[in-house]
Amino acid sequence: MAKMTLAQLKALRDDKKKEINRRDTDAHDVTIIVGMGTCGIAAGAKDAMSALIDEIKEHELDNVTIKQTGCMGLCHSEPTVDIKAPGMPQTIYGNVDGDIAREIIVKHVIGKELISKYVLDRPASDIMKEQN
Amino acid sequence: MHYSLCDMVLDLFQNSVEANSKTITLDFIQDKSFLEVNLTDDGKGMDESTLDRVKDPFYTDGIKHKNRRVGLGIPFLIQTTEMTDGSFHLKSVLGEGTALSATFNLNHWDTPPIGGITDLLISCLSFDGEYEFIFNREDRERKLSYTITRSELLDVLGDLTLVTNMILLKEFIESQELDN
Ligand code: FES
Repeated sequence: MAKMTLAQLKALRDDKKKEINRRDTDAHDVTIIVGMGTCGIAAGAKDAMSALIDEIKEHELDNVTIKQTGCMGLCHSEPTVDIKAPGMPQTIYGNVDGDIAREIIVKHVIGKELISKYVLDRPASDIMKEQN
Repeated sequence: MHYSLCDMVLDLFQNSVEANSKTITLDFIQDKSFLEVNLTDDGKGMDESTLDRVKDPFYTDGIKHKNRRVGLGIPFLIQTTEMTDGSFHLKSVLGEGTALSATFNLNHWDTPPIGGITDLLISCLSFDGEYEFIFNREDRERKLSYTITRSELLDVLGDLTLVTNMILLKEFIESQELDN
């Protein structure tokens, strides 16, 4: 395969856009924030991010944004992933490696289910109970 | 800890973004036995005393870690190059920017693995903010060379924090990394 040119990239993007419009999902926005501070990176935040991207691709989710932030001040539990998904309380997960990142997409985003074990910043306790 | 050279570069790149740089240039030049990394920004820069302090592994700006002393990633870099017969150079002018260059000795047993260039670039390209980023890549052994410019990709793809665009970006970068 030859190197992709910018024109080819543009064509791919236009195709993708059409495809998304065709699917016309009842798109709700998901925003994921990955902590990319010194310790987050050292603890594997880049792996977590790349696993998130792969899993989102796998499940053809169109409406997801990933933002990177510097240090969140949570060294002890890096990598951290902060996630806002429709129908779910905003949640911060800690110690997110590639496998947990995948679980977050499948369980939290798609299945609308908290993965209690890795929740760092817990939503109100009644929500936690409901989930357990 | 699985800290790769690319992780180290991402960490330093993040500093450049946080320093409000308008343009950040990263050269990533590789040969059989070495990897040369040059990171130049026009961000807020540092004066002499700050410069001395960021080299100290126990330095922190005191904002994010009031009770803990952890540095900015530069000490990691210094330590790695010193341990592995590499070299390291840091220059900064307050208000003008910072230039950092490091050569890693790829033949040294203790040099960390290079790590994934694609993941590194996706991260570097998709931070929030309006900065230009120019990535110059050269692999002399593989006779590979290309340049990636953030503004061009923004023109083509639009929002780079959208994962659908990151996926395309990934394909694009991987294709640049292919052997000729
Ligand atoms: S570097 Fe670890 S929380 Fe900031």
